[in-house]
Amino acid sequence: MRTPHWVPALFIGPALAVMAAACLYPVISAFQLSLFDWSMGTPWSSARFVGLDGFVSAFSNARVWSSLATTLIFAAVCVTAEMVLGIALTLALEHPVRGMAFFRTLFILPMMIAPIAVGLAWRYMFDAQFGLINAVLAVFGIAAKTWLADPTLAFAAIVIADVWQWTPFVFIMMIAALAGVDSSVIEASRIDGARWWQMTFRVKLPMVMHVIAITLMMRLIDAFRVLEVVYVLTFGGPGDSTEILALHIYKTAFVGQQLGVAAAISVLLLVVVALLSWGALRLSNPMKGDGR
Amino acid sequence: MQRRNLIQSAAITVFGAGLPFSGAIAQNRYAKYAGKTVVMNIPAHPHYDAMSKLLPEFTKETGIKVEVDKLAIGRLKEKQLLEMAKPQGDYDLACYIVMWKSEYVAKKLVQPLEPFFANPALADPTYDMKDIIPIYLENLGLVGGPKDYLAGPGAKLYGLPYGAETSVLAYRRDIFEKHGLKPPENYEQFGKLLRTLKDKEGIGALASRGQAGHQAVHAWLLHLNPLGGSVFDEQWRPRFNDAKGVAALKFLQEVVATGPAGIPGYGQGESNTAFLQGQAAMYLDSTSLAGVINDPARSKVAGKVSWALHPAGTRRSSQSGGLGLTIPKNAKNADAGFLLLQWLTSKTQDKAVAKLGGAPIRNSSLGDVDLVRQYPEYIVFKEALKYSNPDWRPIISVWDKINVQALGVGISEALTGKKSAEDALNGLVPQVTQIMREAGYKV
Repeated sequence: MRTPHWVPALFIGPALAVMAAACLYPVISAFQLSLFDWSMGTPWSSARFVGLDGFVSAFSNARVWSSLATTLIFAAVCVTAEMVLGIALTLALEHPVRGMAFFRTLFILPMMIAPIAVGLAWRYMFDAQFGLINAVLAVFGIAAKTWLADPTLAFAAIVIADVWQWTPFVFIMMIAALAGVDSSVIEASRIDGARWWQMTFRVKLPMVMHVIAITLMMRLIDAFRVLEVVYVLTFGGPGDSTEILALHIYKTAFVGQQLGVAAAISVLLLVVVALLSWGALRLSNPMKGDGR
Repeated sequence: MQRRNLIQSAAITVFGAGLPFSGAIAQNRYAKYAGKTVVMNIPAHPHYDAMSKLLPEFTKETGIKVEVDKLAIGRLKEKQLLEMAKPQGDYDLACYIVMWKSEYVAKKLVQPLEPFFANPALADPTYDMKDIIPIYLENLGLVGGPKDYLAGPGAKLYGLPYGAETSVLAYRRDIFEKHGLKPPENYEQFGKLLRTLKDKEGIGALASRGQAGHQAVHAWLLHLNPLGGSVFDEQWRPRFNDAKGVAALKFLQEVVATGPAGIPGYGQGESNTAFLQGQAAMYLDSTSLAGVINDPARSKVAGKVSWALHPAGTRRSSQSGGLGLTIPKNAKNADAGFLLLQWLTSKTQDKAVAKLGGAPIRNSSLGDVDLVRQYPEYIVFKEALKYSNPDWRPIISVWDKINVQALGVGISEALTGKKSAEDALNGLVPQVTQIMREAGYKV
């Protein structure tokens, strides 16, 4: 007896409805908020409908665009470095060697630390007077740097902190993906005389490309939402050299008390991240060949 | 009428009812609230660390329990705004930074204290309001007077200072003696001393804040006021880019050039650390550092530091600021919260918190023989308070925005050399004017 076509929908429906509500409600709320002028600490009844003024205010603010540019560069540099380092680390630790379990645990530790603590730890490490980074540089005869006092170095500092914390995420994803690669395919390529780099770049990595794409997308989304580490490390400075968009939204909402404008910029951020994620997915097309 | 009288008259309005205290009522004022819990929102801050040690005594004495919600100081305001906007909030007593007082009152988030002090069932007849340092009371407590934040007609008391501060100069006595130097009396000597110390001693001359946002602005205001400048003129038009504003920013640039490396990234913590760890010969900032400076566990300069007044420019004008305590309008246990506020700021407990390294708010504490023996710098602090300027910064409701999002960015850019002092300040005028217009000021 054939199951009526509506039966699967009946079972999946409630879960889909809950998921849709959980995902859509905050987005709709943010959009609703963007249409009002409302200050935190006042009743919602005092909010004034301003239509698209919040968007006009956001889009006409040069600092929004400079923050977006900073965010794009930050995300591009961080995610590229994390993907390259994460994949390299995975390939280096792919084969069983003595102490492998220890190293794998060690490498994923940064990811488990709260971002605020990561920011504080790096703030001390980048300290020009007492920081560990300058102490290490001194060992190699390199002069001390004022990491958080120089716009370029401060940007490098937030990139380093992010790469340190999130490369392990790429590592975990890739370890899991490569473990799932059919060993007979690897064996066949070896019998065919493939060298290491051929096996890696023409066999293994193409086989886990869908995981690479998903990982890339997740890191891109996260990189656009980074707030705490930058908040603690630089608070967007010196000047506005490290003011990424999430921090600008935070300042607009909680310092400037312009919740509507902050929500409007959040919608802009949502669109940018959605477009980039869509692009990343299209590029790799992880569902290709699934037959679904 | 003199300023001191104005402040006291505002305070007297609070206490002016003559308060027919009855001894019996006073003795029993805690009984009604025994067993209740006061929830208190405080920052991670040395003064409040010291205060926390007093709370068990309060519970023992009154039967009122205290629950403390401690947050990083940077996260305090957003949590308070969320809590205080609810029909009933979690906090019965909240610590605020001076810059937030006008905003909180404008948004009707906090309660005036007059009804509490006028209630004989709650008020302590021995509470001596006149003993609270007038500039602290004005700066942290009064809202609604001239300019909205000064003492005078219309001013009402919405909070009490607790963790208040002014600015003083701390200097390394050993280094100064070694090179035959004297602490600077004025800004001319101060400027010369920066170079001299850097060249002769090889460590930073002056520790300073400089991180983008509030920290950089605070550092600039420390010099702007003595040099005769201000952020706005009497009509609320920006004047921070005039010759005095530029001179103050150039002075701060010199502080960066001669100070410990990395000042443009320094918050208050890093600035304090630089001095405490012996990386700077001078420190010009909050009196709150005094509590830790002679603690060998936290300071490498214990026993080597002397104190002097904030050097004079065209005038003497030291900082007014710090922290206060207020009762949220939606407090569940407002009366019990008031009792704790009153207890903490009483003469006895003010001395107790000072002994533990906190910052006293009462003249009687600053003059207390035992405390002066423990903290000889109180003599200088008391003198410095005479010059503490209640108009040190414009504590209007949009100040936080101007401070962090406008001035804090431009001044930071000047400190890193991206812009000249003139360009940085001139470039900020349109943005600050726009913020003021949006806030309803006719400028």
